[in-house]
Amino acid sequence: MKLYTRRRIVNAVNLTLSVITTVFGLFWLVWLLWTLFDSGLQWLKPEIFTQMTPPPGSAGGLKNAIVGSLILTGVATLIGTPLGVLAGTYLAEFGRYSRVASIVRFVNDVLLSAPSIIIGVFVYEMVVVTTGHFSGWAGSLALALIMIPVVVRTTEDMMRLVPDTLREAAAALGAPRWRIICTVVYRASLAGILTGVLLAIARISGETAPLLFTALNNQFSSTDMSGPMPNLPVVIFQFAMSPYDDWQHLAWAGALLITLSVLILNIVTRTVLRPRRQEK
Amino acid sequence: MTSKEGTLPFQFMADSGTPSSAAAAALPPAQVGGQETASVVEVANPKMAIEELNFFYGKYRALESINMQVAEKRVTAFIGPSGCGKSTVLRCFNRIFELYPDQRATGKILLDGANVLDKRQDLNMLRAKIGMVFQKPTPFPMSIYDNITFGIRLYERLSRSEMADRVEWALTKAALWNEVKDKLKQGGGRLSGGQQQRLCIARAIAVKPEVLLLDEPASALDPISTAHIEELIDELKSDYTIVIVTHNMQQAARVSDYTAFMYLGRLIEFDYTNTIFTNPRRKETEDYITGRYG
Repeated sequence: MKLYTRRRIVNAVNLTLSVITTVFGLFWLVWLLWTLFDSGLQWLKPEIFTQMTPPPGSAGGLKNAIVGSLILTGVATLIGTPLGVLAGTYLAEFGRYSRVASIVRFVNDVLLSAPSIIIGVFVYEMVVVTTGHFSGWAGSLALALIMIPVVVRTTEDMMRLVPDTLREAAAALGAPRWRIICTVVYRASLAGILTGVLLAIARISGETAPLLFTALNNQFSSTDMSGPMPNLPVVIFQFAMSPYDDWQHLAWAGALLITLSVLILNIVTRTVLRPRRQEK
Repeated sequence: MTSKEGTLPFQFMADSGTPSSAAAAALPPAQVGGQETASVVEVANPKMAIEELNFFYGKYRALESINMQVAEKRVTAFIGPSGCGKSTVLRCFNRIFELYPDQRATGKILLDGANVLDKRQDLNMLRAKIGMVFQKPTPFPMSIYDNITFGIRLYERLSRSEMADRVEWALTKAALWNEVKDKLKQGGGRLSGGQQQRLCIARAIAVKPEVLLLDEPASALDPISTAHIEELIDELKSDYTIVIVTHNMQQAARVSDYTAFMYLGRLIEFDYTNTIFTNPRRKETEDYITGRYG
């Protein structure tokens, strides 16, 4: 009986502590979102999507920055996803026992937590300095480098969740290795891999540091990947630092816009992909 | 589990193939009969023959000098306590163990006279001839229809209607057609456990193998589904050579024509099922079937 009482007390203490820490974490998040909505929502007008970033003192929007960000993120995703998925596949399917794979896995984990500014400086040194100018390509490359480790990790984890009995069952039918991976393993882990890719996109869509060194920024509309590209994070950075009220308002609106899109991306990922995973 | 597994950090093993030292503790070593040779009966019409089969998980020797035959179009059952190596034997027949780099087999397994363990043997063609069904149902994450066609498409180009006929044939053979004929497009994972297992059997016979390996096919199922599977085995044996691993002795007695009793990686006795269960030659066999250990 005494033991049972003790157990109940331990349970109560642990439960209280976990509730407190959860509330603590959520508190800051809610506060942050609240501030963002409070200061940003009033400036989130239709012009944001239709007009260019203005000179100080005149009206304008964020159109060029939004378009630029979409292109940069899109190209980064196109580079990062296939590389990440293929590397993750190697680690999960071919590299379980190999030394090379465990080294790759380790390096990937290091990259996963590398500060993004380091990636920015690296790409600056490798691309911007050698080509002599800032460019959208450099920006996308930096974002892709941030994205790859995330995708590699989730792909490997998700493919490893597929039970080996399924691989054995496919092999027992005489299916070659590549076919087992493409038709059985990928299919079983598709929802998980997609979730990983979408979360990686969410991660890079707010990155500022690597873009400062690579894509820089552009006051004008530009879809030329070989020149400096306008993009939301850097615009927010510059406008928020400026002394002009209307620029600061645009920065608030931009910050809210990014947060909202990341939020929506997360919600869509969770709601659309989860039921499919259960269905199998 | 065993200490052996602890030394292999990246290793993963199928549950069924894992030898455990637990069984060794259950029986005093004197009864193992290390030096004696197994009591093995000759088979009238052998489809497969095992000669001096040894198996290693890393350095651990899981099978020791197995010699026996598998009769054509008969059911051969492997029985024995957990970890005795019965699943390991099964996994040698289609070399499925080769998915795992540190597992290896030596000796010979002859299928119609050709050694399947020969490196020159084409693995995928071998596995097309030897189907396998596992302990846990393993429906692929695709529709019932696609589950069946998966294996067929690897070897045959069939027209749409031929394919539909083949799917119906396989599902009928596995006694599942009537239950699923209206929901072939539905995901295979949404069937019940017993139905999933019959789906796996249908998938295995859809490629028209010559031998069917069943690794404890009913151990995860309820009694009714088990009865279904057993009836199925009885029907299938007119066309296929069937090898079944089970730790349910009654099941072995019910479905099989020949029974092999294994213990601690050795084949102790192989004979007609009748003989094994009524008049075993070896003491270990008798102890096991009378429930004295295992």
